[in-house]
Amino acid sequence: MELTDNSQDYNARPSFIKSLGWFDWLYALLLAGGSIYAFQLYGDYMDAYEKGILFLTAAGLIWQGWFWKPFRALLLTVAALSLFGISQYHGQLLRAEQAFFLKFFFGSQTAIMWMSALFVLATASYWLALLSRSDFIARVSSAITWSAVVMGFVGLMTRWYESYLISPDVGHIPISNLYEVFILFSLLTALMYLFYELRYQNRQLGAFVLLVISAAVGFLLWYTFDRQAHEIQPLVPALQSYWMKIHVPANFIGYGAFALAAMVGVAQLLSDKGILTSSLPAQDMLDDLMYKSIAIGFAFFTIATILGAMWAAEAWGGYWSWDPKETWALIVWLNYAAWLHMRLVKGLRGPLLAWWAVIGLFVTAFAFLGVNMFLSGLHSYGTL
Amino acid sequence: MTHSNPLQRNLAQGLYELLSSMRFAISLLTVLAIASIIGTVLKQSEPYTNYIMQFGQFWFQTFEILGLYDVYHSSWFLTILAFLILSTSLCIYRNTPLMLREMRSFREHATESSLRAFSHQAEFSTTLPAEPLKQRLGKYLQGQGFRAKIGAPNEAGDVLIAAKAGSYHRIGYILTHTAIVVICLGGLIDGNIPLKAQQLLGWKKIETRDIPQNEVPAVSRLSPSNLSFRGGVTIPEGAGADVIFIHVADGYLVQDLPFDIMLKKFRVEHYPTGQPKSFESDITLIDKATKESVTRTISVNHPLIYKGIAIYQASFGDGGTRLNMKGWNLFSPKHESFDTKGAISQSTQLSNGDATYTIEFTEFRKFNIENFAGEDGGSSALDNFNKFFQTGSTKRVQKDLRNVGPSFQYKIRDAQGQAREYFNYMLPIQLEDRWYLLSGMRTAPNEPFRYIRLPLDKQSNIEGFMRLRAVLLDKQSHPEIARRFAEFALQGEQIDPKLLAKLADSTTKVLDVFASGGYESMAKFIEQSVPAAEQDKAAQTYLKILESAAVSAWHVAQTRAGQPATVDDETRHFVRESLNTVSDLFVYGAPVYLQLAEFDEVMASGLQLTRSPGKNIVYGGCVLLVLGVFFMFYIRERRIWLLVQSRAGTVLLAMSTNRKTMDFEQEFSLHKAQLANLIKG
Repeated sequence: MELTDNSQDYNARPSFIKSLGWFDWLYALLLAGGSIYAFQLYGDYMDAYEKGILFLTAAGLIWQGWFWKPFRALLLTVAALSLFGISQYHGQLLRAEQAFFLKFFFGSQTAIMWMSALFVLATASYWLALLSRSDFIARVSSAITWSAVVMGFVGLMTRWYESYLISPDVGHIPISNLYEVFILFSLLTALMYLFYELRYQNRQLGAFVLLVISAAVGFLLWYTFDRQAHEIQPLVPALQSYWMKIHVPANFIGYGAFALAAMVGVAQLLSDKGILTSSLPAQDMLDDLMYKSIAIGFAFFTIATILGAMWAAEAWGGYWSWDPKETWALIVWLNYAAWLHMRLVKGLRGPLLAWWAVIGLFVTAFAFLGVNMFLSGLHSYGTL
Repeated sequence: MTHSNPLQRNLAQGLYELLSSMRFAISLLTVLAIASIIGTVLKQSEPYTNYIMQFGQFWFQTFEILGLYDVYHSSWFLTILAFLILSTSLCIYRNTPLMLREMRSFREHATESSLRAFSHQAEFSTTLPAEPLKQRLGKYLQGQGFRAKIGAPNEAGDVLIAAKAGSYHRIGYILTHTAIVVICLGGLIDGNIPLKAQQLLGWKKIETRDIPQNEVPAVSRLSPSNLSFRGGVTIPEGAGADVIFIHVADGYLVQDLPFDIMLKKFRVEHYPTGQPKSFESDITLIDKATKESVTRTISVNHPLIYKGIAIYQASFGDGGTRLNMKGWNLFSPKHESFDTKGAISQSTQLSNGDATYTIEFTEFRKFNIENFAGEDGGSSALDNFNKFFQTGSTKRVQKDLRNVGPSFQYKIRDAQGQAREYFNYMLPIQLEDRWYLLSGMRTAPNEPFRYIRLPLDKQSNIEGFMRLRAVLLDKQSHPEIARRFAEFALQGEQIDPKLLAKLADSTTKVLDVFASGGYESMAKFIEQSVPAAEQDKAAQTYLKILESAAVSAWHVAQTRAGQPATVDDETRHFVRESLNTVSDLFVYGAPVYLQLAEFDEVMASGLQLTRSPGKNIVYGGCVLLVLGVFFMFYIRERRIWLLVQSRAGTVLLAMSTNRKTMDFEQEFSLHKAQLANLIKG
């Protein structure tokens, strides 16, 4: 016989909605209210898709905050600081260099510099914690990483606002060129790391993950100071589409997760070789984290590639043109599909998979950067 | 009665095993990935002449046989894809029944010994009677999100409660793999396999000649009923088209459309910085069958879809802008200009004595935004870094963007087919406070243009320069210039006719040498006729003579033309610059300098038309894929067995999953603890 009655059960898991506290509801209310306010202010300038994206983003963020509690505080802090920053502009772009709070904290350039500095500091601090085995320093490192994430997001928000100050027709979401997506990449990688840090209650991997973020920051700084890449550029016609708002973030969740997996792979390989073994988490945990991060990366990369194909169908006249960027996305996808098959179906574990994840990062990096640098094609928005 | 050969059967079985195996699938993924790389490294679908130039004849042919110029449509690549579809289909066929059975099954027939062999198991002792215990355990499992089945007691009186959760995990497998097959099939529908087949059978032939589309024979045309196509056409403003061109290998096919497309107007909008902001075409479609017409503006990201055919804004170009020009013959020292006409994408013949030249007008730009901010010193990374910490920003405002007006580009080809390319601005440009007309020249398309500056006279005309140039190059005028110069130079001194004649003589000589090839021939002349030790001094003297004589030349030219001829500092500067330009014009290489006087701009819009019936199939496959991926990763299949052995007063817990993760370990510990509590009483 099969049990089907719905009487009150022993140790039953409370339903998700019932497990939410007052802060969850306040958070949801603020997000819902905020999106409705934004809609009232700017709804006239949005097309149907953009309206859809606005409300779905709000819903997504609510869900994200409910699912991962620290996200609520992060989002509210970023929102508060960004709104404060924006209030300081008085509608004048020049005030980014004059107003005290903008010049030293929340102007987009300054905030991004803070993010960069904090990420580098966090990297050093995580290494110090790893080598000295100090839990206190590790906690400090986490705090620094969180602050970097806050400043990075504030920087992106004020940059978004600044782009509209230049001219309403120049304004756009700051994920349109290599400079902007490098910030996005750093932030998303850091966020995913912080999620797993709390989930596994383990701060030793920060030293490795933050290395890849620091590398991105290094590139960002070079790009800023040598190439003036931080200057806000108007969008070329091909990029003027709501698709950008969903295709790019989905892609960078993928890239970030693959980077995270690769750095965990490095840690696993070192630990396997007897280097830092006693300081690093157990192989099981590393293995588990690597799998989860590749799984989430693969899921989002799949979505991103599909969204990209749909966008291509609208902008370039075909959902698949075998453009170098598309082809390399396929190669990345095939690579991780093979990785997942090896692990899930063949049950493969250990150094081979770790090496594969590390090499996977190089393949991904080529798809992300190499294609733009060395190959020519339709997708030439992020050239160096 | 059938006799199946055991060897054959084994072979078929073996083949089936191989094709549906994981090993084969993974190998295919790898081969596909590597094959895909080729097409990203080697530029695809370029004109074949480019490949010949790049690789040489031998490798060009080898690569052509291998299909490397269109890798993704080559038969070997399609074969890999076909194998991928086959392998995935077999994999689905082989595993789906198993998966569905697994999904439905509670595995309620597990024996005690098999449960004891599980890696995750625990045993609890209990004092509770069997019936309430069973109910309690059943409810517990249900509360934890499991579906449970309580079996009948066996002969020993033991009851097995079998429970499962997350069975949809396995649906994920079916969805993802079906998705791959669906996507590939959808893609194949939109691919060019039917076309390839028709080509192989000789029903269709690629056209390689450059002929008007209505002269293209039927064997190279595709009917409007063609299932799927993707091609383009460029339509000038005010014109129309009812075909598109499909690029295949080194030629093309003409696709007839079921409608006419008329382009009324094409627009480019720009940001203040000069970057393009939008490309828009006002088009009207007229259906050939129904005579229905649709008028719409299409732009990038906003195509028009009419009866399954999508019309995209793909590119733009010049639709034959008409140009009225003034020309100066540079080979004969005359200052008069002549009028000439041309249009972009067309050419005109020009003859100069017995030499003929073709001028091919290639490009017209209505405006050019140039940055006039000079390179300032503070652009190094370190300086910007310091600047940032002083001002909180590295933004620079020194950009001085100016629209310098229209320009046009043309090639001048001589009788031997050698061409040089020229880029002329229509309007004068101010450089260092003076005005010039700029003309750029290059000998190869990949070189940057090198510009010569034609200085404007006081009336802001080019005529002053042309007049001066005419007298400078006209050897018959040289004695007159020389005499004028000598008289002027020896002014106030008692004129010694011998000295005068000598000076006039050497001035004529200098002018003659300059007129034969500019500064370069002067340098050569000095090298040949002056001893090495005195060359520097001689050069200085000659230059001085030339510059001063040129001022006299200017005077002569102005006087002859009835123009004011007062010499001041400005004049001297003008003359000096004119000398440089005259000298530069010797390497300009063109028989003529063309100045744009008027234009009538005609734009053309490049449209891409696509019919892809497989698109929705592919999108359907994508939905399956995403659902499948999430089912596979985020629904975890777990099974719990509780064997209630009332006679022994124990409950045996066993738990399994098809995917061991740390979450599973945690969940097992949790269940173990909670069940221990529950079973205790």
